[in-house]
Amino acid sequence: MEDKFILGGHEFNSRFILGSGKYSLNLIEAAIRDAGAEIITLAVRRANTKEKENILDYIPEGVTLLPNTSGARTAEEAVRIARLAREIGCGDFVKIEIMRDTKYLLPDNNETIKATEILAKEGFVVLPYMYPDLYAARDLVNAGASAVMPLAAPIGSNKGLAAKEFIQILIDEIDLPVIVDAGIGRPSQACEAMEMGAAAIMANTALATAGNVPLMASAFKNAVEAGRKAYLSGLGRVLTRGASASDPLTGFLRD
Amino acid sequence: MDNRFFVDGEHLSPKAIEMKHKLETDASSRTDHMKYMDGMDRIKSDIMDRVLAEMDNYDYSKYTTKDVKAALEHETCTIDDFKALLSPAAEPFLEKMAQRARLETSKHFGNTVYMFTPLYIANYCENYCVYCGFNCYNNISRMKLDMEQIEHEMQIISDSGMEEILILTGESRTHSDIKYIGEACRLARKYFRMVGLEIYPVNTDEYKYLHECGADYVTVFQETYDSDRYSELHLLGHKRVYPYRFEAQERALMGGMRGVAFSALLGLSDFRKDALASALHVYYLQRKYPHAEMSLSCPRLRPIINNDKINPLDVHEKQLCQIICAYRIFLPFVGITVSSRESETFRNGIVKIAATKVSAGVSTGIGDHESKYSGKESDHAEGDEQFEINDARSLDVMYKDIENEGLQPVLNDYIYM
Repeated sequence: MEDKFILGGHEFNSRFILGSGKYSLNLIEAAIRDAGAEIITLAVRRANTKEKENILDYIPEGVTLLPNTSGARTAEEAVRIARLAREIGCGDFVKIEIMRDTKYLLPDNNETIKATEILAKEGFVVLPYMYPDLYAARDLVNAGASAVMPLAAPIGSNKGLAAKEFIQILIDEIDLPVIVDAGIGRPSQACEAMEMGAAAIMANTALATAGNVPLMASAFKNAVEAGRKAYLSGLGRVLTRGASASDPLTGFLRD
Repeated sequence: MDNRFFVDGEHLSPKAIEMKHKLETDASSRTDHMKYMDGMDRIKSDIMDRVLAEMDNYDYSKYTTKDVKAALEHETCTIDDFKALLSPAAEPFLEKMAQRARLETSKHFGNTVYMFTPLYIANYCENYCVYCGFNCYNNISRMKLDMEQIEHEMQIISDSGMEEILILTGESRTHSDIKYIGEACRLARKYFRMVGLEIYPVNTDEYKYLHECGADYVTVFQETYDSDRYSELHLLGHKRVYPYRFEAQERALMGGMRGVAFSALLGLSDFRKDALASALHVYYLQRKYPHAEMSLSCPRLRPIINNDKINPLDVHEKQLCQIICAYRIFLPFVGITVSSRESETFRNGIVKIAATKVSAGVSTGIGDHESKYSGKESDHAEGDEQFEINDARSLDVMYKDIENEGLQPVLNDYIYM
């Protein structure tokens, strides 16, 4: 069964988006390969560098770059960083990250909506990182986003689907792909998010802090695929919402 | 045992020596260190009072093994937990603290370690801070680089691959005025992605000007948070004014700087209280300015020219490691900088636990990067150093050493907005 992941009109086979920060540049290629990843995020501020350690040099050709706007504190700053990303050859995809809190790095949904509107009009494929709020997600749809990227838990926390109920609401109500981002600490959590109907998973710290980065990348690949298959197959009764009685509850009805 | 700070240079006139001795021995000859001087901004802030109240009430002897164990078990480290981790009761738990610190560091920073280098552009100083090599009574070779010399130094540093620079001066408004420093920042923007400043504290509008010139990070060391001890160590000059210095980071943020850095100079006073106050200074300011980036340094006292006996007293490497681990557990999101005051071995170890930023290719002298980087004998005057460094590794060597520790060195992670 063909199951393409469509994002901003582009087709992908992989539903695992890999982060490139926080670990050795030399491991990026192996991580991409073993994750089967076709999209990799990178911080524009890391790529905004001289030749010695430019992260761009470590990313194999053919992989779609998803530059992020980390470091932006306002919509205006995010827009400037996105334009810079385009200038330095990162393409038209952009993940908007706007944080006005350096402690928890929680995204500011209001500023994110503003930046999405501006960048979508400029032809970017805009993927906004957001706090899982239904109203904000609807506003992002109207602003021209190509997906929404709700956080599962505070970034770097490896706490998994702390915001599970709210992410499920977005999956149920938003017509765009819902990509679960931030807080996913283990493959089993990625699998669970995919079972819920998430369109894709993004992870960075979980890999960066693993003992063997490429092996963990491969574990995530399998988990994301397993979760996707489970979702597509329709989960069995044990896992569906609510329990099912062994005798039919409506057995008393005569006609 | 205390450090013997007072040294009389032969270059001083009898009149100067008389004044110096008076300042050293007669407290009534000194100005009120809690009183702002003319021209110094006073901002509305309760942070100093809050930090000092916590520090004054901190009795680290009351903490027990039980408190330390509880602190290490709590998912969120409270102020009281942090006090326990800084106490002598935590010393036997250093390895456990290091493990927890490492976990917190990896959550927030992964495997990355940032690198920078300082550039001293002048060493004139109008203050008498008794432990500092630049103090106005110390007999050292003074120098102030002109713009051409600054650019030359910057080219050499930039050619080494460095992308973040920290511009420093001695604390003299007369010799190194704001315009001079601003021009240096403009030059630095040509060669570096990130420009930080470690200069004398200035007013909010001056920080705004320096930010417009390209600086985005301001470091001010409070040296010691114990105000009485502060007044015994800073005998003369504008640096004597404790509250104006304390509020420098807040004025810098009000002036639009992206980030600020804090520190006590460990060994000047009770290090546990100073460490507590440094971290609380960050903690309270972060709550007021949540968008700001913050970092902590943890320098220990070092020998200076004409006084090679100065040392950090009871702050040995174990205590320093305890402080750094406690900082990391209490403030998992802040940068922690460990400078070349510490040895190669210590720095290689601490980047694996909690430090996220290290200096490399360091000189604390003036105009000597060419001779230091190339080994060539200098054909021009050079200014003396602020203190002796302990780790002279070049950027290349440091970069490789960090990689060999299994970490990723990062030269830039920053965009000027």
